[in-house]
Amino acid sequence: MKHNQPVYTDNDPQNELVTLNLGPTHPATHGVFQNVLQLDGERIVSGVSTIGYIHRAFEKIAEHRPFYQITPLTDRLNYCSSPINNMGWHMTVEKLLNIQIPKRVDYLRVIIMELARISDHIICNTIIAQDTGATTTFLYLFQFREHIYEIYEEVCGARLTTNVGRIGGLERDFNEIAFAKINKFLKEFPIALREFESLLNRNRIFIDRTAGVAEVTQENALSFGWTGPLLRATGVDYDVRISEPYSSYQDFDFEIPVGTSGDIYDRFLVRNEEMWQSLRIIEQALDKIKLEPKGIFHADVPEFYLPGKEEVYNNMEALIYHFKIVMGEIDAPKAEVYHAVEGGNGELGFYLINDGGRTPYRLHFRRPSFINYSMFAKMSEGMLLSDAIINMSSMNIIAGELDA
Amino acid sequence: MAKATNTEIIDLLGEKFGEQLFDVTEPYGLLTFSTHKDKVITVLSFLKENGKIDFNFLTDITAVHYPEKNQIAVVYHLHSMVSGVRVRLKVFLNENHPTIPTASTLWNSANWMERETYDFFGVKFEGHPDLRRILNMDDLGVHPMLKQYPLEDPNRVDKKDEYFGR
Amino acid sequence: MSEINIVDAPPGIEGSGFFATSLDKVIGLARSHSLWPLPFATSCCGIEFMATMGSHYDFGRFGAERLSFSPRQADLLMVMGTIAKKMSPVLKQVYLQMAEPRWVIAVGACASSGGIFDTYSVLQGIDEIIPVDVYVPGCPPRPEAILDGFGKIQELVKNESGRKRYSDQYKQMLASYGIE
Repeated sequence: MKHNQPVYTDNDPQNELVTLNLGPTHPATHGVFQNVLQLDGERIVSGVSTIGYIHRAFEKIAEHRPFYQITPLTDRLNYCSSPINNMGWHMTVEKLLNIQIPKRVDYLRVIIMELARISDHIICNTIIAQDTGATTTFLYLFQFREHIYEIYEEVCGARLTTNVGRIGGLERDFNEIAFAKINKFLKEFPIALREFESLLNRNRIFIDRTAGVAEVTQENALSFGWTGPLLRATGVDYDVRISEPYSSYQDFDFEIPVGTSGDIYDRFLVRNEEMWQSLRIIEQALDKIKLEPKGIFHADVPEFYLPGKEEVYNNMEALIYHFKIVMGEIDAPKAEVYHAVEGGNGELGFYLINDGGRTPYRLHFRRPSFINYSMFAKMSEGMLLSDAIINMSSMNIIAGELDA
Repeated sequence: MAKATNTEIIDLLGEKFGEQLFDVTEPYGLLTFSTHKDKVITVLSFLKENGKIDFNFLTDITAVHYPEKNQIAVVYHLHSMVSGVRVRLKVFLNENHPTIPTASTLWNSANWMERETYDFFGVKFEGHPDLRRILNMDDLGVHPMLKQYPLEDPNRVDKKDEYFGR
Repeated sequence: MSEINIVDAPPGIEGSGFFATSLDKVIGLARSHSLWPLPFATSCCGIEFMATMGSHYDFGRFGAERLSFSPRQADLLMVMGTIAKKMSPVLKQVYLQMAEPRWVIAVGACASSGGIFDTYSVLQGIDEIIPVDVYVPGCPPRPEAILDGFGKIQELVKNESGRKRYSDQYKQMLASYGIE
């Protein structure tokens, strides 16, 4: 069986295999992926993945937009955890411009990034549960995403595609309501998460469906470029937050959970544990913020930080800088920079080449979903169809990030 | 294991390849160098398997188009998870004949990254098992990330230039 | 007293032991509260649709509890997210597979007009390939907006004439999209 062409129709009457066209709008796949599978009964013999069904040309658009207008694009990469993408992009530009960020801003960013990680993992883990037949847990834990959205709304006004922050800091300070909501979330979510775990972790049906399914060796995972929870489930303790700390992650005390066999159950447990660790980080960040001087929410770099509208209308200096930034007359070095953050699905990298113009000369996103997904068709060989579906859910492939 | 420094890597590579590696720079601490396209697989496999600093992980492959120089640069980002360092390797190709040997023999992840690069820039990876378009439609006809192609769909009729001040 | 609300009867003539109204209104009333949506969710708006379906906003309150992933059984095609040109034949085929009467709601800026993605690869609004009844603005729209758009569809369904789908005007409209 050759792998290079999708088999669409099989006209050979002697052939005992069945062709199943899974996607692009199949109810069992959460997103627009197409897999043309050859089935022997319920067992997958071979598969061919086709992607690109929502290819939106992010990289081409990025070459036509000034830096501050690229933030809304990054929202739409992994839209389950937009703030991480926003912050990753801001930090890339800050690295290019050599901006030092005050500690308080770093901690505020950490809070919102960890909230985003929780909301990303909620989607993935509840979907795994949903696909194994446990709809209740989906409906139960999903409402906590709403609580996270409410925090986002206080911080930036938007729910899903947040566009939070600016180059050089945040657009506004967290207000009292935001802190109150974060504290409320920290109180309420652990109870729900514990219940979620007690519903599934030792659930016989759930374990039967997930443990030992889609095991991946470390060598294979590294060779296929896996990062994030998927790689950690195989036992490799690689996390960008530890290996190359950004946004003051080195100040925090947290652990990186790893699995052993890389199967779906391990991925589920790793993600669950990461949610606990994220909660720990947020608690620490809240404590650390209390020790920092109040009211600082951006670095003192007026030549790069887009000022607020009330400043622009009332302050001559702000108006000038606003004009210069919007017209792209900032003094950015001609250089190339690579910056990686730990996204919800793995290492989210930004490779930026600046030639001094108004827009990036080239911007490339290293998208974890895209690289993780390349193993899917190969992995599915020999697997039951129903297992392949859960496998796909557990890989948490976000179509926007996959197709860019 | 302590983090390896860039000088160690430069020494290691200089010993082995000498003049084959050039344009060595360190923008923002990330060691960057270029090589010729017939050497690229040797360099990559040396980096992967030298035993001293294992660049075991292929982070990314992409390309950059420089129309004024008639060049396309293929850019590899490698990462040594144990030593905690990254390197960037560039290979400049002629934009009229962009061919380069495939790295999918070394890393499986290179398969899709190279397909994406082919799709966007038309770089032909020789020896690639399955070099097809991946994101765009098969009948697109052009490689859209090349600088000469516009962002917007040129076939649109509803968008009149006069409304956009151009 | 039960706390369950039931819809008001359509206007009609009431008397002892009988209630007379037109068939269109009764059918419209029944249909509008039991629409089976087909969520054609591709990207970000799909996540907001998940939030709409979730316990917080509970889309099921409006009689759309039952999602139909098969186009043959669906009444309402909810297109949520960017439709790339690669995807557009798929979307059209899904629309063609739906039985009349069928309604279409374009959720979000991308489905309505291409949104911020004015690029070579994105369809500039699904109304280039299929007719659309209601557009919901937003990038992505809030769940309240999706619910509001659904309410607009319910109004359309309620007041639709039973003959609309046989009219020449409707056939001409379909023909302009190349649909027989």
